[in-house]
Order: sequence, then structure tokens, then C-alpha cells
Amino acid sequence: MKKEAKIMTGSQIVIETLIEQGVTDVFGYPGGQVLNLYDELYKASDRINHILTAHEQGASHAADGYARATGKVGVVIATSGPGATNLVTGIATAMLDSIPMVAITGNVPTSLIGRDSFQEINITGVTMPITKHNYFVTDVNELADTIREAFRIAISGRPGPVLVDIPKDVQLAECEFELAAPVEPFAENEADDADIERAVELINQAKRPYIYIGGGAAGQGMAMGIMALAEKLDAYIGCSFMGLSAIPSDHPRLLGMQGMHGHFASSMANKEADLIIGIGVRFSDRATGNTAKYAKRAKIIQLDTDLAEINKNVKVDVGLIGNLVSSFNRIYNRVEKLENPEWVKMVEGFKKHEAEIAAEAERRAKAKMPPKKIFDIINEIKDASTVIATDVGQHQMWTAQYARFERPRRFASSGGLGTMGYGLGAAIGAQIGSGDKTVLITGDGSFGMNLNELATAVSYNCPIVTVVMNNGVLGMVRQWQTLFFGKRYSNTVLQRKTDFVKLADAFGMPAERVETPEEFRAAFERAMKHDGPYLIDAIIDKDEFVLPMLPPGGSVDDIITDVKEEK
Amino acid sequence: MRSVIAVYVENKYGVLARVSGLFMRRGFNIDSLTVGETDDPRFSRITITLNGDEYVRDQLVNQLKKLHNIKQVKVLEPGTSFERELMLIKVRNTPANRSEIMAAAEIYRAKVVDYTTEAMSVEVTGEPSKINAFIEVMKPLGIVEMCRTGVVALQRGGNIMEK
Repeated sequence: MKKEAKIMTGSQIVIETLIEQGVTDVFGYPGGQVLNLYDELYKASDRINHILTAHEQGASHAADGYARATGKVGVVIATSGPGATNLVTGIATAMLDSIPMVAITGNVPTSLIGRDSFQEINITGVTMPITKHNYFVTDVNELADTIREAFRIAISGRPGPVLVDIPKDVQLAECEFELAAPVEPFAENEADDADIERAVELINQAKRPYIYIGGGAAGQGMAMGIMALAEKLDAYIGCSFMGLSAIPSDHPRLLGMQGMHGHFASSMANKEADLIIGIGVRFSDRATGNTAKYAKRAKIIQLDTDLAEINKNVKVDVGLIGNLVSSFNRIYNRVEKLENPEWVKMVEGFKKHEAEIAAEAERRAKAKMPPKKIFDIINEIKDASTVIATDVGQHQMWTAQYARFERPRRFASSGGLGTMGYGLGAAIGAQIGSGDKTVLITGDGSFGMNLNELATAVSYNCPIVTVVMNNGVLGMVRQWQTLFFGKRYSNTVLQRKTDFVKLADAFGMPAERVETPEEFRAAFERAMKHDGPYLIDAIIDKDEFVLPMLPPGGSVDDIITDVKEEK
Repeated sequence: MRSVIAVYVENKYGVLARVSGLFMRRGFNIDSLTVGETDDPRFSRITITLNGDEYVRDQLVNQLKKLHNIKQVKVLEPGTSFERELMLIKVRNTPANRSEIMAAAEIYRAKVVDYTTEAMSVEVTGEPSKINAFIEVMKPLGIVEMCRTGVVALQRGGNIMEK
């Protein structure tokens, strides 16, 4: 194909560059300073699909969910001023979870910049701490390469969001445009041979090896390797919240999420391990508890592409900075086959104990609809391709504990920032990106924040089953108030009269309310068969707790596995 | 522990805000920051002095390296680098002070750059410790106001930072 330069406007260049970079779907909301962009989107609607949300925040979460489900860069477009500031929470969510995203905003013409013009905001200044990088484009000649570089930065090394702010006059200006190839990530560092050698030595001596994986390992195609390493070393695998779904839930070596609401077995194995191999994980406070008491018996090897993560939260013995897959393979190929029967026996004991705690809890459960039952039914009915999205709170931690995943990129949830209101937008993005049935697990608190996006789900007839775990309270905060604030329930009892079933009806979609597991099963089956959005208002008890729990600042020694009767 | 860190940056929109914003959001307390063009106008050089332990220094260096417009970051070791700072200091000019200021300026190889009946202004260049010492000498004489540039530093010999 012969390349030839064409004269185009800035707006045309934006759309052509997006298409050139392989973008097929963008999320957004029009406005005064992106009118020209939207005019070009209209003309190019056979080549690029725009999804109109109800609010720019929903669009930003949709772009994020799209990226999580597909591995592609999520793209969001908004106008200047409030359009741009409405993206902020979505961009920050993507930043904290290292999700590749490109946000494009319009701004007032350069002649009006800095004059507090109508709908003017310095969005590059606002988003500086929550983007990997951002641009304010003042010259149309630099526009195409700036957008290409934005994509390159978004996908390189540790992914993240990049924002490109384009004043209106730059969108109108003209220059030559020439197509280019989709960008490749920047070359990554390779870990030092000496460090690899030290890591291999430590691993070969390990008697109680524990592999701890995070978001960096999920969706990198590393699952097979990590499972093979666990077998080779007689090791167990635990994960951070962001590492969920990286390894199939039924794998015998997987102990599940560790940390504040993690599995008993993974937290215990993490404590008793003599070697922790951290892969693409940042040892966040929610996963480690008090770092002064964290894994005192263990040597720690950390594999990460981000050099600033080595030693940031936990002092490690060997840091392997560089491409994760490459560092991993270099280690894998050199370590010896280990047999650690005593370790296996110990961890299997933890698993057994965990199962006993769970069985006991189930026996004693008096609630009409125990949360775990909801997940048992979802796990049974959903298939391997079903995407699970969540909001933030108790329902999210129950999802982390109980939802079963068969393959990576089937999970969208705000881990680092903990964004209530993330779920519905993310579910829409993930559904559109994957083309697969999506289940949104949410709570009445989180759902109330951005439920306007039901309009979007209805407009695009997205097959999303929204399960509202409705307890009438802000359950997670209330749980802390129960445990640490003498049951003073300050502003966590909602007492709202919102009828989610009528609400769904008003948005133009079917819904039903259920109060028992049997009702939930029947409703969920109907919902999964329905071609389009469906809402289930699942009433649960307000005194259901997320357990176990490591108290904030505590360690696994302080683990709470049981809460005495309420009332 | 005091560290001097040299940073090569591209002369691009907002780069100084990115660097200073990083200090704020990561909670780094820096002592001084200077910035100026290099022989190549596409690049500027920033010199940062920082008081903090090894953890703080390493985090600052590693976080700086992640910024897109930053080309190189180097910790300058005291033995293999040299540093200078410039100060302008204005001291009350009285008959009793005058000769003492002049004498101190000569010993410190400083220059009197402004002289009125009310005040004398002196320009001092040197390592921060020398500047501090000069301030101590001037204090009893009545400092009116002063201004320091912050530290600039280079590696000794043929060692250079790659752009």
C-alpha cells in the first residue's frame, strides 16, 4: 500500500490516528469543545464505534473495563471543563490498577487559555498525579505523533492512563497526515544476570516456597508458567486482589487472595513461608497488613517491570527489575525440581482448617440469604467466558473470596483506588469489549452512585446481569463501625425508599426482587438467558460480615474469623 | 543523609511541575531545586538536594526515572563531584558595620555588588557550608534580606551524564 500524505484537520487526524492504532470502540460524551471531533466520529461511524454513556465518569470506567476485558487500550473522549473533570475518578482508578487508557479531551481555543473561559479547566494540571503522562497539544503538526506516543506510553512496561488535551483551534487547524503502524511498547529492562543467579540460589534452598502474584501477572499469559513453577517447587500460589483470575480458581496449588479479607490458608502460608516470590505485585498494605510484622521468616524475591516498586513497600532480598515474562522464564529454566512434603502437609492443613471454618459458618448461618449462597449459584450457572465486574465494598470482597474464575481478563474491579460507582460503567465496557455475558455484582450503596448508566446498558442492549446485594446499609464501613467504633453507625444506615425494580423498569429493562437462594437461582437463570440488561435486587441481611479480616495495621496473628452474635 | 541528585530533562511543557509535583505527592522533602538550560537547548538540567535516608533517596530516584520527559537521573557522590551555590545578601550599612562587612567579603572572596548609605549587598559563591558560614558572620550585623540560588553540581573529571 502506497503511503501518501493528505491534508486533514486536527479532528480528522485524531480519528484517523485512533483507527490507525487499532481502536474499534471509544466511550464518551459530546460537548462544546469536542463538536468537531464528534463530527468526524459521525462521518467515520462505519469504521469506529462510539458508545454514548450517561455521564463522563461512566465513560471513563467503561474504557477501563474494556481494557481489562480485552487487554487493548481503552479510549474515552470528553469535552473541556466539567467533561474533563468528570473523567478524573476513572483515570485515577486506571492509574492505581495499571490499566492502559487514553483519554482525549477538548479544550477552549489557545487564545482563550488561562483566562478562566467558559468550561475551561487546566486538565493536564489536574491529572498530572493520576496519569502516566499527559499532553497539552498546541501545534496540529504534533497531534498525530502525540496520540501515537500516548498509546505507546499507555501500553509500555507497567501500563496506565495517558491524557491528551487538544484545544479547539488545534482541532480545526490543518496539516499533512500520513498513516503509521500501530505502536510497539518501549523496550523493557532485562534483569541482571547476577540477580537472577541470586534468585535461583534462594529458590533452590527453599523449604516453604510461596508464589505471590498480582495484577502484573494477570493477563500476561503467565498462568501456565506460574502453575508449572508451583509444581516444580512444591510451592503454593497466593494472590493480591489484582491477581485474582490470573490462575484458574480450581487449581490445587492456588490458595486465593491473601490479606485483609483474604483466605485463611493464603494468609497463613504467606506467614509461614521461608521464600516469597512476588510476581507483578506491589505488596500493598491491604495485602500485607503491618509490614513490620510481614513475612518475618521469609526471603523475598520480587519480579516487577517498575523499578520504583522494588523495596517500596517491603524490603526485598532480590529485586528483578525488567520484563516480567522474561525474568520469570530465566528463573524457571534454571531452578531445580524441589520436593517439600512437609510444606505441602502444613499448607494442606491450613486449607483443611479454612474449610472447617467455612463449614461451621455455613452451619450457623441463620440469614435467609447468606452471601456465599449467591456466589455458589452464580458460579454454578455462569460459564468460563462470563465477565464479573464489581463495585466496592462487602460485595466486592465476597466476590474476591467466593467467585470462581476459569481464565484471565474475566474480572473488572477497582482494587487500588477502591472506587464506589465503578462497577456499572466497567461492566458496560467489559461487556462491549468481550462480547460476552457480564455479571455486575454491586451493593445498594455503590450502585446508587452511578446507576444512571443503566440508560447506557439499555440503549446498547448490553447483556449485563446486575446483582444488587441489597442490605440497606453501607456494609463495609458499617462492619468497621461494628468492630472498631462501638457500633456507632454514623451515616451508614441508608433507610432509603429506592425501589430498584421499579427503577429498572423506568430505565426500560426487566428486574425482580429476591429474598431466598431458591428465588435467586430462578431469577439468575432467567437473567442469564435474557438478551439484554437485567437487574436482580437481592435482599441480604445487614449483619453479614466479610470474614476473615485482618484488622487494619494488624497482621495474620490478629486474624478475625468469627464475630460474636449481633444485637 | 544529604544527597545531591542531577536530572536531565527534556524542555517540554510542564516538566518542572511534573518533577515538583512528584515530590509533593510522594511526600519527599527536598532542600533545594535548581533548573537551567544546558548546552543543548532541548534539555534542561535540574539539581536537587535532599535530606533523607537511603529509602527516600532511592524512591525519589526511581520515581523520577519513571517520568516520561526525564532522560537521566544520577546521584552525585561527594568525592567525585563538586557543588556550588550563589547567594545575594543585603546587610545594614552603618559606620560600625562597614569595615567588618568589607573584611568578611574579602576573606570569603565575596563581592560587594551594591552600596547605599542604608545597606550593602554582597554576592557570595561557594559550597553551601561556606554560604552558611558567611550568613553566621553577617547575622550580628543585621541581615536585611537574602536570596540563595540552591545548589548546582557537576561530576569531576571527564564523567558526564548521557542525554
